[in-house]
Amino acid sequence: MTELSERQQLSYIASQAADARLNVELETEGMTLNIGPQHPATHGTLRIIARLDGEQVVWAEPSAGYMHRGYEKLTEVRTFPQVTTLINRIDWLGSFANEVPFILAAEKLMEIEAPPRAQVIRTILFELSRIANVSLFLGDLGVQMGATTPAFLAFRDREYVLNLIESATGGRFHPNFDRIGGLKDDLPKGWINETTAVVKRLIGFCDENEDLLFGNEIFQSRMRGIGVIPAHVAEEYGLSGANLRASGVDYDLRRDNPVGLAWDKADWKVWTHPDGDSWARCWIRLQETRESCKIVLQLLEQIPAGPIMTKVPRIIKVPEGEAYVSTENPLGEMGYYVVSKGDLGPFRVKIRSASFNNISITPWVLKGVYVPDIITILASLYFILGDIDR
Amino acid sequence: MGLVDKGRMPAPLTKLFNISRSYSMWVYQWGLACCAIEMGAAFASPRYDVMRLGVIPLPASPRQADFVCVSGTVTDKMAPAVKRLWEQMPEPKYAISMGSCANCGGPYWDSYSVTKGVDQIIPVDVYVPGCPPRPEALLEGIVLLQQRIKNEDMQAKWKGDEFTTLQAKRQAERGELHAGDPTGQSTHDISTDPQPIPERDRPEPIVVGGGPIE
Ligand code: SF4
Repeated sequence: MTELSERQQLSYIASQAADARLNVELETEGMTLNIGPQHPATHGTLRIIARLDGEQVVWAEPSAGYMHRGYEKLTEVRTFPQVTTLINRIDWLGSFANEVPFILAAEKLMEIEAPPRAQVIRTILFELSRIANVSLFLGDLGVQMGATTPAFLAFRDREYVLNLIESATGGRFHPNFDRIGGLKDDLPKGWINETTAVVKRLIGFCDENEDLLFGNEIFQSRMRGIGVIPAHVAEEYGLSGANLRASGVDYDLRRDNPVGLAWDKADWKVWTHPDGDSWARCWIRLQETRESCKIVLQLLEQIPAGPIMTKVPRIIKVPEGEAYVSTENPLGEMGYYVVSKGDLGPFRVKIRSASFNNISITPWVLKGVYVPDIITILASLYFILGDIDR
Repeated sequence: MGLVDKGRMPAPLTKLFNISRSYSMWVYQWGLACCAIEMGAAFASPRYDVMRLGVIPLPASPRQADFVCVSGTVTDKMAPAVKRLWEQMPEPKYAISMGSCANCGGPYWDSYSVTKGVDQIIPVDVYVPGCPPRPEALLEGIVLLQQRIKNEDMQAKWKGDEFTTLQAKRQAERGELHAGDPTGQSTHDISTDPQPIPERDRPEPIVVGGGPIE
């Protein structure tokens, strides 16, 4: 076992105590608290069943499936270009980032590669969707603690990013812009200057958020030392993304496994935090938004000239084979395992989505916490329902 | 307000009530999927700001709400909960179905786990098509709903004959209004239990943009 910080030890003791309380012969009566499926704090329709002893949770379990839309089955009856329309909607806040790994897997099977210009533009849009995603998370954090102002700020600045995505792709939300072999269109005129201005504005939003929210005393006292996940537990449960990095594991697929996108062309940093508590998870996401802004600013200056689409046949048939590609999406590691039998559509697609693993730790992490902390821990774990249930 | 208690509503009073009702609507946000984010943008963002239309987007429970905005995919597992929420809301209540998924299943029209249209479970007043609809489209849907409320005959609605005067007028214009229909016919008193609303009496739903609902 690795070394534990003081906070981690305390939370470990609390969860042990919660275990022990079940066996103590006191005349108390447990209560089962049902949070959800419709609850403002669950970002959708997650249901948490918690058994309480007084104010303390002794047992908790997430009940997923309220948003199960059957993606994996539906992909079997769609053609390859049609699949992107569906998988856009898995993580609905960072839609473009969902398309990329699937397209990359298909390209891997077809043994083609997008031209450099398309790769850089893909990376830029990828990071923009990360910014759009995480900025809403930062706004939503305040709402979980009863402060609505950050949400207004987030929605205000997020609109600018959505405008950019819309002017480039035509969709505010679900761009469906990525194609096998490149992109659908080139960037519109003046987009680069606009993006530079907006991204600088978003850096300002991060500063504002850090002052307003992260500097707030109530916020700190409700986040610090709550919901601690030690590194080895995080690894065992298969957490990924900021949740993993907040536990001190230095793992980022953008750096460790670059899959034909242009992250290595920019200079940026992978942030980690030793604490592993709710605060660390939120703080990491804030820093990552900044890093994304940096990546976008750097890449905007080095978009190469050239085509945005390689030669692909009009009717796309993917040769027989299997491929797995995963990228570091806003929520964590998202991967597609695509099996093709040489048809128009995939034979089978297995989707590895980040939130499903991230939420699977809730029984562990909710043990021993107090009821109001359930909300903050869930908020800091940051999941999206479509990403859990698919 | 003895008149109201007895279920008799003179026209001026009806008008006053309807205007007040349509500009103080509490909406319960039943955000289910992607559309919920666009609903959030319409309701909570400074750019669209639904409060200027007189809609209050943050009731704590469906029991305080005047209309519900079902936005997103209703799955078969979720459907009972949606129905239950609808039953918890007090009359008069309205429903807006936002997004293709809630309208008819949307991109998941052939999925095994998705309810193809929330209108199978609850009666929908306004459909907002799109995947996701822009926040402006949702706002238009709300404005259309307000117009409907303004033209409503409260007496008839409370008696269980859901019929808007506007619709009655339109039908009369088209010569479709037959005798014995619809307002003032029921002897049912509102002080007793409300009778279940017959399906045929519900007004026709509005579709934002006027096209097909998907
Ligand atoms: S209509 Fe489209 S955007 Fe709305 S919930 Fe369905 S898939 Fe998502």
